[in-house]
Amino acid sequence: MKRLFVSLILLIVAVPAWAEIDIQKVTSEKGITAWLVEEHSIPFTALELRFRGGTSLDEPGKRGATNLMAALLEEGAGDLDAREFARRKEELSASFGYGASDDSVSVSAKFLSENRDEALALLRTTLMEPRFDEDALERVRAQVISGLMSDAKDPNTIAGNAFSEIAFGDHPYGSSGDGTIKTVTALTREDIQTAFDNVFALDRIYVSAVGDITPEELSALLDELVGDLPETGAPMPGPADVAIEGGNTVIDFDTPQSVAVFGQNGMAREDDDFFAAYVMNQILGAGGFESRLMTEVREKRGLTYGVYSYLSPKTWGPIYVGRVSSSNDRIAEAVQVIRDEWTKLKEQGVTQKELDDAKTYLTGAYPLQFDGNGQIASILVSMQVNGLPIDYVTTRNAKMEAVTLDDVNRVAREFLDPENLHVVVVGKPEGMEATAGN
Amino acid sequence: MLRHLAPLAAVFALVAPAFGETAEEPVTTYTLDNGMEVVVVEDHRAPVVQQMVWYRAGSADETRGVSGVAHFLEHLLFKATDNLESGEFSEVVAANGGEDNAFTSYDYTAYYQRVAADRLELMMEMESDRMKNLRLSESDILTERDVILEERNQRTDNNPRSLFAEQMNAAQFLNHRYGTPVIGWRHEMETLSLEDALSFYGTYYSPNNAILVVSGDVVPEEVLELAKKYYGVIPANPDLPERIRTTEPPQTAARRLTYKDARVAQPYVSRSYLAPERDPGDQERAAALTVLAEMLGGGTTSFLAEKLQFDNPTAVWTGAFYNGKSLDKTTFDMIVVPSDGVSLSEAEAALDEALAAFMERGVDMEQLERIKMQLRASQIYARDNVDGIGQRYGSALAIGLTVQDVQDWPDVLQAVTADDIMQAARDLFREESSVTGWLMRDTEVTQ
Repeated sequence: MKRLFVSLILLIVAVPAWAEIDIQKVTSEKGITAWLVEEHSIPFTALELRFRGGTSLDEPGKRGATNLMAALLEEGAGDLDAREFARRKEELSASFGYGASDDSVSVSAKFLSENRDEALALLRTTLMEPRFDEDALERVRAQVISGLMSDAKDPNTIAGNAFSEIAFGDHPYGSSGDGTIKTVTALTREDIQTAFDNVFALDRIYVSAVGDITPEELSALLDELVGDLPETGAPMPGPADVAIEGGNTVIDFDTPQSVAVFGQNGMAREDDDFFAAYVMNQILGAGGFESRLMTEVREKRGLTYGVYSYLSPKTWGPIYVGRVSSSNDRIAEAVQVIRDEWTKLKEQGVTQKELDDAKTYLTGAYPLQFDGNGQIASILVSMQVNGLPIDYVTTRNAKMEAVTLDDVNRVAREFLDPENLHVVVVGKPEGMEATAGN
Repeated sequence: MLRHLAPLAAVFALVAPAFGETAEEPVTTYTLDNGMEVVVVEDHRAPVVQQMVWYRAGSADETRGVSGVAHFLEHLLFKATDNLESGEFSEVVAANGGEDNAFTSYDYTAYYQRVAADRLELMMEMESDRMKNLRLSESDILTERDVILEERNQRTDNNPRSLFAEQMNAAQFLNHRYGTPVIGWRHEMETLSLEDALSFYGTYYSPNNAILVVSGDVVPEEVLELAKKYYGVIPANPDLPERIRTTEPPQTAARRLTYKDARVAQPYVSRSYLAPERDPGDQERAAALTVLAEMLGGGTTSFLAEKLQFDNPTAVWTGAFYNGKSLDKTTFDMIVVPSDGVSLSEAEAALDEALAAFMERGVDMEQLERIKMQLRASQIYARDNVDGIGQRYGSALAIGLTVQDVQDWPDVLQAVTADDIMQAARDLFREESSVTGWLMRDTEVTQ
């Protein structure tokens, strides 16, 4: 700060941009609950469904089944084959998206008010009467395998998969939810049906809706859409034994820029220190230009285009990870700077100014996320999956504000573990050796 | 080229379709005395504002020999000015709970912040400051040049598909700067200097070459007053060059290339044709091409998918792409990713057969109706995308389109007829104006 803005800076106290978000809890006759934000100014609704479990529900030897199943839900349902289904969806101008991640399968729908009933009837067929036709299975399987082949030569994916294996071992988290070419090739139609039955059940469903719909309409919609799903699905996988140890893993790959994934054991979202750890990570490595990692690795030394870290509080095993990429002759220096910052933060903590700036950013940026029906629906359903209360949106910033310098510095001291920070490098890194045991 | 990249990547997201434009949002426009255009789009759903400043200067405006300088300068605009320390701009935005970034394309460079609506004045004060007051040092140049080289590594050199796309573009444009990558050729990036950056800055960064787009919870008259206060006092550059670029000669020979790389796991065929762009008051051909791309390669129900993925399976994936938002001639692109056991030669032949069959059969009227229905619906969905509004107006105005053109676009799309589409396709698909590329594993024998 040289000359300008002084008066303005003094005025900056958290006055968050606050959208009026009135979240209602809706419970249907059949007992299905959903969170709703009514927003009638645009004639459409965004609907989000999440089913806990995700690709971690894959049965032994069937890795990739949940992912392939989710990809097949739009490929024919009810009376309609894949092409007829796609044409019908286009006529209605609805959009349905199906995704599978480690901890959940998501169904994201947007539909116009003018043909809501027809759109929902079509969506319902994908959840109640999926066809899994053999020709669709073969076609989509070939697409998934093509992707897996590309992944096998993509340094980013190679590094990510290798880190997961080191962190999670035999737990489903330890391998890619997309499966391998071998497992996906061997999947049968019965495996896909099993994966479907494992996931789609009422004991694990979370719903949110944002848009041009009333509580009464949503309540009826819930029973119609998912009321006939079975009560229970497959058991959850159980906790992973996360024990990340220090050292480097080097995977030889001929490409000009090395890609590194670094990380240590993480922290569960339910942990009392999670907010303090979240603020700590904001200062160390979260995305923006102000983080210590960006300042040290990029702004001061020009070693990378991007470096970031994030808490990954997966349900069955949290980790704390980050990524950086640098040309092969400079990656060793980038990794060393990151290791040094890890140690420095643990030993010396953060300053009051760093803490204040991080909190101002986090509390100010939070409401900016609530911009659009689809985006809000996604946030609301994630809150439910994570077990957060319905008033979390209005209490979250106060919790962030309550984090003190002592909290952050204590968490940095107790939680950061530079000795056990493991780094996976994919490329031809100069001056980096794999440590023994990897 | 973003200044920093969110951690996500889409493999085949080559060109986003220019769908979803709508005339329903309230738009107010002004022109300041110094020539700076001001566009205000009101959206009062949340107390948030987005400021964007667009310069009509992109990589295609660079002089030969300094490729990448437009993007390099974009990075350098976050360094010190007369009034701010290096890095302070983003620091202040973050300390106000806001987000900021910038991006460079062939035809423009843009800077933006999203922040609580009551912080707009501070954003304008800072953004107007760096239009003229940049103070760069030699050390800024050296460090940031390393950053853009790492950015090129990450986006392009580490990715055979990007390297292939770069070669396709270079083959398509013989005489126009669209053939040079936005990020620059590595050997030229390595020599970019302080003088190169300042020369581009001095030539193009001035109010009479800029567009201010403010969208969100604002009152147009108040935005105008702030714009006058901060941008209105900056003198226009009387020496701003007219935006005339070298143009492509008529293409008279089909061009072919093969790109081999050991990192290729999935080979594919790419085909591009030189295509007209959206021009002010003249968007009909671009609209027809937009619908044609959707018809040929817009997903499961498209013609290429029908022929190559369903009727006679030869491809795991097909697509067609066209984006008419370009100052000069652009491209219409298609891609065929062959199934296991299908050669690139067979895939290319299948593509040509499918195109011939399409020209023979003509437009499926039911499909045209479905596409138009989706275009209408996308106008409704687009109103939900607050971020996209500033982008839509800014990127149009930066290439010479008007607010009226942006607002007319949905109607122009709805007016497209089957005859328009077939005429556009006949004009487009001339073998001598094509470029065909094969992305191959380096072990494969060229057939």
